[in-house]
Amino acid sequence: MTGTRPLTAPDRVRSPKPRVGFPGLPPWLFLVAALGALFILLPLAAVVTRVDWARFPELVTSESSIAALKLSLTTSAAATALCIVAGTPMALVLARSAFPGQQVLRALVLLPLVLPPVVGGIALLYTFGRQGLLGGTLRALGVEIAFSTTAVVLAQTFVALPFLVLSLEGALRSAGGRYEAVAATLGASPTTVLRRVTIPLVLPGLLSGAVLSFARALGEFGATLTFAGSLQGVTRTLPLEIYLQRETDPDAAVALSLVLVAVAVLVVGLAHRSSAPAVP
Amino acid sequence: MGFALEAAVHARRFDVALSMGDGETLAVLGPNGAGKSTLLALAAGLLRADTGSAELDGRSLFGPRSFLPPHRRGVCLLPQEPLLFPHLSVLDNVAFAPRSAGESRAASRASARGWLAEVEASELADKRPGQLSGGQAQRVAVARALAARPSLLLLDEPLASIDAAAAPGLRRMLRRVLAGRNAVIVTHDLLDALILADTVTVLEEGRVAEAGSTQSVVERPRSSFAAGLAGLNFVPGTSVPSGLVDAAGRRLEAVSENPLPAGIPAAAVFSPRAVSVFPVAPAGSPRNVLRVSVTDLEPHGEFVTVRAGHLSAEISTSAVAELDLVPGSEVWFTVKATAVTLYPL
Repeated sequence: MTGTRPLTAPDRVRSPKPRVGFPGLPPWLFLVAALGALFILLPLAAVVTRVDWARFPELVTSESSIAALKLSLTTSAAATALCIVAGTPMALVLARSAFPGQQVLRALVLLPLVLPPVVGGIALLYTFGRQGLLGGTLRALGVEIAFSTTAVVLAQTFVALPFLVLSLEGALRSAGGRYEAVAATLGASPTTVLRRVTIPLVLPGLLSGAVLSFARALGEFGATLTFAGSLQGVTRTLPLEIYLQRETDPDAAVALSLVLVAVAVLVVGLAHRSSAPAVP
Repeated sequence: MGFALEAAVHARRFDVALSMGDGETLAVLGPNGAGKSTLLALAAGLLRADTGSAELDGRSLFGPRSFLPPHRRGVCLLPQEPLLFPHLSVLDNVAFAPRSAGESRAASRASARGWLAEVEASELADKRPGQLSGGQAQRVAVARALAARPSLLLLDEPLASIDAAAAPGLRRMLRRVLAGRNAVIVTHDLLDALILADTVTVLEEGRVAEAGSTQSVVERPRSSFAAGLAGLNFVPGTSVPSGLVDAAGRRLEAVSENPLPAGIPAAAVFSPRAVSVFPVAPAGSPRNVLRVSVTDLEPHGEFVTVRAGHLSAEISTSAVAELDLVPGSEVWFTVKATAVTLYPL
């Protein structure tokens, strides 16, 4: 989880032929790999088989479903924007500078990746909540965060940020600093180098990081429920809606699950395409 | 005026002082790991010296308490690989420096076209860097560097990654654009130094092994590295009347322009072509006779370079066949005293 490669899908393998210079894989390995793939694909197929296609349009266009989908998309977009704004400088600092404690900082930044989301939600609650660390300050400023749409965005950003930082840091490291050195000797100030050389060079890494962050934000459940609650149209995102519907209308839950699966497939496809290297 | 640098980097065992006059091109030669890249990085501001200082055209680049960042130095680095920005067209690559200096998009592109014409690459303006050959990319990189109007241009083996067919044209172009500019060119190739540079500095193990005009370094090398580049045999030793004695105690008769006092450090140089090879010691010869063991044979055309340690002889292919030479053969190198030049070190 702490590798320096971008956190993206593995290299695409188009042809079954082994790559040049590699002697080929043992046949049994393909069998195990196929079992692994089946383990992922079979449950998705199971969802599809359980969809009540006759009621599908009606189920996914119900008032609560539309509200949840809209909320999910807008909050995830906002969280992704926050991830880019906060995560890009973090990735740059981690990849392009050296200071004592850098390794510790990198490990801490990745913490939300391995932390149970519920724990993240509790941590956020005791930071931004009414009784939290910053609660008094925020109340003095007239800002109420917990159990609001803002809380949803913060919870999603908290869990999604490491994806962007990891992905971008990997892209920065593999791009190396040689282009930046040349740009500096051509008279470009550090800000110009960042704007005209560094960012364009790692744009594919930034995009795939953003897409992964968006996907993670879209699926966020535990931290949202803990920190933001489940209020229709305000904090009840699609995953919360699915969980709630499962109790009362399993068919609606299945239909909405399929919607999320479709969005996830779309997102992964986008990430895969944008992770193609810019520098050959 | 011109450029002067005097700096030490302890971690790299680098301690070099050098200077060059205004409008001069300095060639830096030396084996791998001699500190050539360190020198360029120090001048460009990509590496900080532990001690020392550097001045360019009267401005301080760095000193004991100052450090000018790379983008304010007017020192442009042309790396060994062209490193054109892959996301910009050729034209925008060349326009990068003027644009960074605050010129408008139109003005910077206009001057970029001028610099592309200067390196005879106008037709490449609309291409992407990925579509260029190595030689074309290096031309564009030169134009991009010139467009920055640097006070000092640093070239790191500009012809090393270029295929042999494209190198002469690129070398001629460099000779034209470097004339009258402050430039430091790191190279492995003596030809580059001869054609492009006014003065030469040879680095060895992070120290200046010798420095001087290109002509004097080629004709009277003071380091075995420079002698090897010039294709000369180089025997350092101590002067004795009418010759020298090397570290192994071998005596070489030589002719000196001015007679040397005995007992001072001196060097004898002679061309491999002046060396004859004999299977047995020639009797009663007025020549210098050196017993050697052949280490390597390098054929080129109808001649073969016979290497024996750091000495070499150039003889005809038929002579090699006649002598039945193979690596390990014990032979005698002979060279006339009149073919050996002696000078103090």
